[in-house]
Amino acid sequence: MAHLSASAVKQITEIVKRYENERTPLMMILSAIQSEYGYIPLDVQELVSDLTGIPVAEIYGVVTFYSFFSLNPKGKYVVGVCLGTACYVKGGQSIIDKFSELLGVKPGETTPDGLFTLSALRCIGACSIAPAVSINGKVYPKMTVGKVQEVIDEYRKLGGAN
Amino acid sequence: MVKTEKDLELTAKSCAKNLEDKFSGASGKIAVLICSGTGCLATGAKDILATFQEEIKNRKLEAKVEASKVGCFGFCSQGPFVKIMPKNIVYRGVKASDVSEILEKTVLGDEIIERLLYVDPVTKEKVSKLEDMAFYKKQIKVALYGCGIINPEDINEALGYGAYQGLKRALHMDPQEVINEVLTAGLRGRGGGGFPTGRKWQFAHDQVSDEKYVVCNGDEGDPGAFMDEGILEGNPLGVIEGMTIAGYAIGAKQGYFYVRAEYPTAVARLRNAIKQAEEMGFLGNNILGSNFSFNIGIRLGAGAFVCGEETALLNSIEGKRGMPRPRPPFPAVKGLWQKPSIINNVETLACVPFILREGASKFNALGTEKSKGTKVFALGGKVNNVGLVEVPMGITLRELIYDIGGGIPNGKKFKAIQTGGPSGGCLTEKDLDTPIDYDNLIAKGSMMGSGGAIVMDEDNCMVDVAKFYMDFICDESCGKCSPCRIGTKRMLEILNKITDGKGTLADLDELEELAQVVKANSVCGLGQTSANPIVSTMKQFKDEYMAHIVDKKCPAHVCKSLMKYVIVADKCKGCTLCARNCPVNAISGTVKQPHVIDQSKCIKCGLCQSNCRFDAIIKE
Repeated sequence: MAHLSASAVKQITEIVKRYENERTPLMMILSAIQSEYGYIPLDVQELVSDLTGIPVAEIYGVVTFYSFFSLNPKGKYVVGVCLGTACYVKGGQSIIDKFSELLGVKPGETTPDGLFTLSALRCIGACSIAPAVSINGKVYPKMTVGKVQEVIDEYRKLGGAN
Repeated sequence: MVKTEKDLELTAKSCAKNLEDKFSGASGKIAVLICSGTGCLATGAKDILATFQEEIKNRKLEAKVEASKVGCFGFCSQGPFVKIMPKNIVYRGVKASDVSEILEKTVLGDEIIERLLYVDPVTKEKVSKLEDMAFYKKQIKVALYGCGIINPEDINEALGYGAYQGLKRALHMDPQEVINEVLTAGLRGRGGGGFPTGRKWQFAHDQVSDEKYVVCNGDEGDPGAFMDEGILEGNPLGVIEGMTIAGYAIGAKQGYFYVRAEYPTAVARLRNAIKQAEEMGFLGNNILGSNFSFNIGIRLGAGAFVCGEETALLNSIEGKRGMPRPRPPFPAVKGLWQKPSIINNVETLACVPFILREGASKFNALGTEKSKGTKVFALGGKVNNVGLVEVPMGITLRELIYDIGGGIPNGKKFKAIQTGGPSGGCLTEKDLDTPIDYDNLIAKGSMMGSGGAIVMDEDNCMVDVAKFYMDFICDESCGKCSPCRIGTKRMLEILNKITDGKGTLADLDELEELAQVVKANSVCGLGQTSANPIVSTMKQFKDEYMAHIVDKKCPAHVCKSLMKYVIVADKCKGCTLCARNCPVNAISGTVKQPHVIDQSKCIKCGLCQSNCRFDAIIKE
């Protein structure tokens, strides 16, 4: 646990405490940590294990089972390309291929500058505006291959600034 | 606080009056309702609402105009929608920049803005009322009750629109009578299985235990389906009421919603509705002055499709990997934390208040002999009117696709409609006049599923569609059973081989054999049904498989290895646009002369075709 800062330890302890009255709180704890930190590295899992008494093997099993939980940090902008059926039949695959080509990463990977993570989404329920792309929660309706560069540029301009 | 039935009566009465006054104009205000479903939110509904509120404030119109959210109108492809009451004028495709004009002309004045009206594609007439649109004519709202009418974030509007009248009646009956009412109604599970809901309740009711649970399955992972999302966003209180009634019927004190994390709006509205229901006393101890106490919690999914399987869902709530449990014991005997539990889908629970409020006979008057009531479909893909539709069971696919869906866009030819998602199958032209119900769809080689209905046209390759679903299942298989874990991977590899043009006829036999093995040897529904999309497309579209294998051609020009882009010399004007934009410099030619694509360099990205202004580039 040498890598975790005192403030991180404090915050994770608080998250665990938040759910102490729940009967089986592991999913809730991990969801909270994921949304707070963007990933759940091994030393955080060890800390959760110490605090809850759940074996770290079990925690690791859960973290790696669910696609929302990540062992590695994600990019500042998570580009989610919907590949639900409605988006797929309307060309979602060509959209993700274009993002992959222009960003130089495969789905699931993060660009070396840490700016973008490309991910394939399984239906975000926005089928009426297919194909849809969701970047950090903002949804881009009716995407076309031609618009991909423009969208990437929009975020490149924002850059790493907060 | 609503502590007694008398309180509910008084509150409901005053809420109903307020709602009526809001819509009739008796409140002295004009009501502007902005559709705030996920589809409309993604295309700007949030900005539209904010702009209305800002303009109302700036122009000091607070006493005259009120802008508020409503749940999904259903007609998502035409959104965002704005409805103005009591004038009953509906605008579609609204932008925030239209708000000022709408306020001036239609809200304050009496002018209709023609360009924002819906144009009927058949009659070419402009339509200003929802009820006059062909899309709505065959629809009946039971599960989607209140969606598009009430503000889903305001419990008072729900109370003014019948909320808790079903629970009130249920509390006058004993639990067995409530179960009988649901049995008489003929309600079957809307998540896809179609198991009689009343029987599920009966099993759990008959168990003796101090602890029982009601779990609502809102893990709508079927790609292309958003029925539960629409219901939870449009009238979350209806589902909460349904769950409360279920709790009373089986003798549970606690319920849980399990909702996928991909639906942030639905989760926020559900949380808000639970909070309001608690504050008013509809959740907690001694509900409506009875001896019945009930509480509800929310659990979020974390992106695993298999958690839609009920026992995997229970494991997920218990903080474990979402892997299915062997059955028996069934959840009704040993469910959540080993206690008797029922797991009902969102849409199933949304039907329950209607059944109790209006009576079982009102519900079973709708539908076919064995499938009663209505079904919500998420109509999507290659159909003009994409959206959420609720129709009585027994309507035909033709009515769904053509009368409600408005047919296939761009004059293309209908090829198939896929129902039941990754567990379902495709229905074709010859099935169009089949009345939709649980048993008919199974007999035709598909299934009702949760309600995803994806229309495909001549441009969709059915081998590619089968591959899409297999890729999905392969990815989502939890890995517990080797037939599912390994079998789906092998099937996917064979499909990849076929779409790459390397398939052989023996591959078809192997696919069939693998499909049988995986079906017979998997523990849960995910594995057992995983081969359905392959089996169904192989049966209905054998010719397409043969074309890929024997002729090495993809008839729909989708599979990249089996198609190429070519420039039609007669149509090419030599504008050079394609050549300049080609990412791999595969296009050459002189200005004003027809260009040529070098097939050895082409990566088939399709950019040239989408850029060409003369339709000179075709796939073959």
